[in-house]
Amino acid sequence: MSDQTWGCRRLGVRYGATVALEEVTFAVAPGTVAAVVGGDGAGKTSLLRALAGTVRPAAGTVRRPAERRLGYVSAGPGVWTDLTVDENLRFSGGAYGLDPGELERRVGGLLERTGLAGARDRLAGQLSGGMRQKLALAMAVAHEPDLLVLDEPTTGVDPVSRAELWRLLAASAAGGAAVVVATTYLDEAERAATVLVLDRGRSLLSGTPEEVVAATPGLVVEGTERPAGLPSWRRGARWRAWSPDGSTPPATGPVTLDLEDAVIVAQLREDRRWAA
Amino acid sequence: MWAMAMKEFRQMRRDRRTLAMMILLPVLLLVVFGYAASFDVDRVRTVVVGPRAEQVAAALPERLEVVRVAPGEGRAAAVEALRDAEAAVALVTGDGGQPQVLVDGADLFSARAVVTELRGRPGLPEPEVLFNPGLETSAIMVPGLMGVVLVFVGTIATALGVVRERQSGTLEQLAVMPFRPRDVLGGKLLPYLGVAVVDLAVIVTVGVLLFDVPFNGPPLVFALGALLFLFVTAGIGVLISTVSETQGQAIQLAIMTMLPQILLSGLIFPLQAMAPGVRWIGYLLPLTWFIQLARGVMVRGAPFEALLLPLTVLAVQGAVVFSASIARFRRDLAPSGRGHGADEAGAEQDEAAPTRAGTR
Repeated sequence: MSDQTWGCRRLGVRYGATVALEEVTFAVAPGTVAAVVGGDGAGKTSLLRALAGTVRPAAGTVRRPAERRLGYVSAGPGVWTDLTVDENLRFSGGAYGLDPGELERRVGGLLERTGLAGARDRLAGQLSGGMRQKLALAMAVAHEPDLLVLDEPTTGVDPVSRAELWRLLAASAAGGAAVVVATTYLDEAERAATVLVLDRGRSLLSGTPEEVVAATPGLVVEGTERPAGLPSWRRGARWRAWSPDGSTPPATGPVTLDLEDAVIVAQLREDRRWAA
Repeated sequence: MWAMAMKEFRQMRRDRRTLAMMILLPVLLLVVFGYAASFDVDRVRTVVVGPRAEQVAAALPERLEVVRVAPGEGRAAAVEALRDAEAAVALVTGDGGQPQVLVDGADLFSARAVVTELRGRPGLPEPEVLFNPGLETSAIMVPGLMGVVLVFVGTIATALGVVRERQSGTLEQLAVMPFRPRDVLGGKLLPYLGVAVVDLAVIVTVGVLLFDVPFNGPPLVFALGALLFLFVTAGIGVLISTVSETQGQAIQLAIMTMLPQILLSGLIFPLQAMAPGVRWIGYLLPLTWFIQLARGVMVRGAPFEALLLPLTVLAVQGAVVFSASIARFRRDLAPSGRGHGADEAGAEQDEAAPTRAGTR
């Protein structure tokens, strides 16, 4: 970790006897977006909570800015549902010490950028899922943090709102913030500068999306029928399979790997390792 | 139907608090109604003053338990003893003739028992009831009900307010904001305390104007006692919130703390009529001391010095409960132990103890 990055080194998190994270090292540089991916129980939320400081590490070190320079959107609604959009933004900005003039200016700008200007007097509880997430993100960036931590901000959100949310968080990174976003959508993770793949609380893969894809051993093949004898998965109407020795089974052909394939292969390998 | 019953049984088995309440509540009610639910006061604390105090004290009926005999004191000291709740009855003897019998009308059930006992008894005149001459129930109940209202607002509203943050997931959001735990707690409590103060003012006004409840003592002492009591009840509310995941659980726990207070504080049943063990449980409850304070100030017109005991007990209870609630709340809100409000550019950490934050 350089002086310019935020993140953690050999981080361990435990809840009682349950190990949520073990030996996880992760870094995010200012002006970039880092994606944390993994299935349910992989440890994404624990990592983000440790980065945000709401969970105490059992081992390792965490490097984060002072809390006035940190923005966080939890996996929950992250907004006060019985306050209006405007009141939520003002409460959050006020909590981070923005003076009234600056608060007014930033609230106005955020309402415009998030498309929530028309809903500024609506209760947050009456917003759609996508609008609520945009409000939560706006609240987290109102004080222009150095580190922005977002726990699955796009889960359960429609595709248009997902794209808008990514536009907003990319804008924060462009403004100089280091952005960490947990997601279960690998097409989103491909847009990030770096990716960390977690599995059962451990780091499975990390690097740029290209590095993660390039590190995949063997060959991924595709066909209309499920190839026998190989670990396989569906992609649309077709079947893909991982050939560890690089051979091509009958009625299949090699495909260009993407991040989703690379993560699936990594998890298949990990499953085999655990089974052994 | 069997499948439904099995599902319900499994859910009930896992909902330990409801199960505990279902089992404990009947036991509690049994204890209360067995040992505490009595209006019959057998022993009434009595002081006897004046030149023939020794002689008169020796001849009193058994119900009058003499706690002090002071031949050198007069009527003023006797009234003071009643006002300061040292005794419920005072006999003022002279050089000859019948002694005066003074009864504390604020101690309603003792007063009624004594008036009944002594009325028409040879050698004793008609008792003189002080502070609440008409022995009105409302004069005694309204100050007590104020305490109940403060328990409602302090405990239930506070507990629900904090649990709502946890249940909706916003407590975690507050945890990352640059607030100190005491700022969050103070900010959350302030509006509820404001509502409680308004409630209190309304009840006092209605009690005085509508039910002719007297307000004889210093309002500032009453305000101080009410504030201390509010701190205790709000602290209990926060403690409840730190061990409750849902508003339903918080209400359950709040009821379990409120019920003993309402039944064992002397609000309904006189403490003197309770079995000693149950009475001592009553002495541990904050409402008991607020009621003594409220009745002391409003009905007896007792001064600050006479109310030092309830004020001190409430202050100690408030300090203990509130410190515990802040410690528990801090554990939930700032597990990383960061320097809240620090302006340093980066905080390298190497921490060792696990804890939890918000909901999981």
